[in-house]
Amino acid sequence: MAQDLFGIHGKALELRSQRMGLIASNIANAGTPGYKAKDIDFATAIRAADKGMDAEAAGKTAALYRVPVMPSLDGNTVELQNEQLAFSENAVGYSATLDFIRGRVDTVKRALRGE
Amino acid sequence: MANPLNLFGVAQRGMSAQLVRMNAAASNLANAGSVSATEQGAYKPIRAVFSEDLDRASGLATVKVNGVMREQAAAVRQHNPDHPLADENGDVWTAPVDENAEMVEMLEASRQYQNMVEALSTAKQLMLDTLRMK
Repeated sequence: MAQDLFGIHGKALELRSQRMGLIASNIANAGTPGYKAKDIDFATAIRAADKGMDAEAAGKTAALYRVPVMPSLDGNTVELQNEQLAFSENAVGYSATLDFIRGRVDTVKRALRGE
Repeated sequence: MANPLNLFGVAQRGMSAQLVRMNAAASNLANAGSVSATEQGAYKPIRAVFSEDLDRASGLATVKVNGVMREQAAAVRQHNPDHPLADENGDVWTAPVDENAEMVEMLEASRQYQNMVEALSTAKQLMLDTLRMK
């Protein structure tokens, strides 16, 4: 029932949350020598989730190493400005998904009340 | 780690790591210019060493502080026969602290700390929004 009601948005929210953790890991490791930044390719992940894959598994298969614009000498591939951009983009996506879910909930509530 | 790692754990340990780094830089700055009678006795700058700590269950990676280690920089010899600590050659040994480098280190650590705080507050807000559905 919940799956039909929220459609793809339930899985999208889970993926967004997973991606937020991954980008936060990158930001935390900005000073760790040799750390390789990772990010979820959201389009690939959501397509896999849409085909019936579990959201967690979809996120893990779509997690890729980031290609640095300019690699640093200690092998760390975190570029803070890119990570901040990805983090805020992901946060906006999360909010949007939350709005879609809220809309569905409101619709069902109105239907139940018979408005 | 006993509990599965979540975003708050990542941020908390990342922030403590940056604090360790900032403390090390502050110690170096405080000891800049300190003088010793012997080359071995001179203060050596300390540096925090980080490594990645991956939690395979969640796929998240946090920072592990491997320890605070001494740098291998050589003490600076200064000829100062009037100094009370001067040896028979009239030399004293000064701590090899590069104050500019330490200031840059502190700035970088504080900026990364701020980044973590920012990410943490955004994540917290989104989680609260989800809980309250507003």
